[in-house]
Amino acid sequence: MFKSAINGLTTAWKGMTLTVGHLFASKKTREVTRVSDDNYFKRLEGTNTIQYPKQQLPVPEVGRYQLDVEMDDCIVCDLCAKICPVDCIDIVSIKATEAIGQTSDGTTKRLYAAKFDIDMAKCMYCGLCTVVCPTECITMTNTYDRTVFELSDLVYEFSDMTKEEADEKRMLLEKQNAEKQAAKLAAMKKKEEGQ
Amino acid sequence: MSNYLIYFLVAVGLFAFAALFALFGVYAERKISAYIQDRLGPTETGKFGTLQTFADILKMIQKELIIPAKADKWLFVLAPVIIFVAVYMGFAALPWGPGLVPSKINIGLYYVFAIISIETLGILMAGWGSNNKYSILGAMRSAAQIISYEIPAGFAIISAVMIAQSLDLQVIATQQGVASAETVKFLGFWDVTNIGGILSWNIFRAPHLIVAFVIYFIASLAEANRAPFDIPEAESELVAGFHTEYSGLGFAFVFLAEYSMMFLVSMIGVVLFLGAWNTPLPNIAGLRLADWTTGIFWGIFWVAIKSLALVGVQMWIRWTLPRLRVDQLMNLCWKVLTPLAFACILISGVWRLWLM
Repeated sequence: MFKSAINGLTTAWKGMTLTVGHLFASKKTREVTRVSDDNYFKRLEGTNTIQYPKQQLPVPEVGRYQLDVEMDDCIVCDLCAKICPVDCIDIVSIKATEAIGQTSDGTTKRLYAAKFDIDMAKCMYCGLCTVVCPTECITMTNTYDRTVFELSDLVYEFSDMTKEEADEKRMLLEKQNAEKQAAKLAAMKKKEEGQ
Repeated sequence: MSNYLIYFLVAVGLFAFAALFALFGVYAERKISAYIQDRLGPTETGKFGTLQTFADILKMIQKELIIPAKADKWLFVLAPVIIFVAVYMGFAALPWGPGLVPSKINIGLYYVFAIISIETLGILMAGWGSNNKYSILGAMRSAAQIISYEIPAGFAIISAVMIAQSLDLQVIATQQGVASAETVKFLGFWDVTNIGGILSWNIFRAPHLIVAFVIYFIASLAEANRAPFDIPEAESELVAGFHTEYSGLGFAFVFLAEYSMMFLVSMIGVVLFLGAWNTPLPNIAGLRLADWTTGIFWGIFWVAIKSLALVGVQMWIRWTLPRLRVDQLMNLCWKVLTPLAFACILISGVWRLWLM
């Protein structure tokens, strides 16, 4: 009985010295360091809390968080929408009547993007779209804290065309197509006549 | 007439003290637990989160007092009041300074222990009245625990009372310092009546009272339902034990009672073993430290500091030691603490006869 009582008291005392050590070590608060820091996984002294909005853990600049599209570099090839496992990218393209410029890496742009929506509520952050993109215009950023009040706000619209502009481009394309068709018909007719 | 006015003022003052202490105690507990667990605790409300508990109590006062449909309404509503009043009335007999005691009764210690036993009744009422299996289990555990632990606590107290030869808490307090009318001997051989200070506290007048104090302290944790003896509210098993169904002010009263009880049992421990309102500083020749630091305001200061230190130890223990199982609880009470407390009584008797 005495042995177990004394054993109980000594072990309780041991535990209490441990906690009182932590109690007085708490004068030191945590410094926020990168994961890549040498002593990141070292046993922490003092309090461990990161006071989130005031302190933030640094994340790599190219994280796998929110998607972002640089529309000037986009050739509207639709590869990202095709590879997406959850179909969260919705692209509507309009063929241009002529080459409409070049991307920063020299690829010629021939398509307008009438619609380029990414539904971040569906996105599973696999990053496949960023891999297949030929011009590397779709990227994942280091923004991880994003809150919206409406579910529809999670659909990011990247297209820079207004509806009128898109309609105009469609009209132009139709006109060009009609002209081409007419020219084709005329050529065929000529051919038939010539025989 | 003015007498009654004073009574009311004293009662209101004690209530205000209990309420303020509960607010401070909850804040201190949250901070201590946070630091022990390497967290920060409340930081946002007020400087260093000091207004957190005031905000909490404001919120709690505004909440609805929900009475479950199948509850026994009378018992359910009365229980928190009885729990709190039992503890609150215990404060009436505790001395705060030389000549400063809310109610001077010659069986003060007996009264205090009688009145805080009624808390068990309140807890049983709460458990039964809630009509909830967790509540009744918690209440039954609480009753078993409090009644068991009153035995070692009582014997530890008796061993101190045998040294002091009085049940009047003010008399016990006066004996342990320079104000003592009788001779005080340090460890039974050195006359320290005029030296006072820490040397004339009960635990040094008779060193076996250190053991008695430890027994009393452990038992008082169980009586206040504090960890590691918090099986009546065992969160991991019983939701919140006997106060599961309480909300709003009812819950606030149960909480208030818990923190008042912590202070009350600490203060009884201080009065009986740690020199009550007497200063720990002894007179050293011309340096009359004990004489200088004795008085009404010094008395309040010392008794508050000592009690708060004990409350701090209670919190430290709570956030360190895991909860005891029911059988371990009873083992500790009946097989360890009770025999040791008996031994303390025996030594007290011998000490009184041969050394005092």
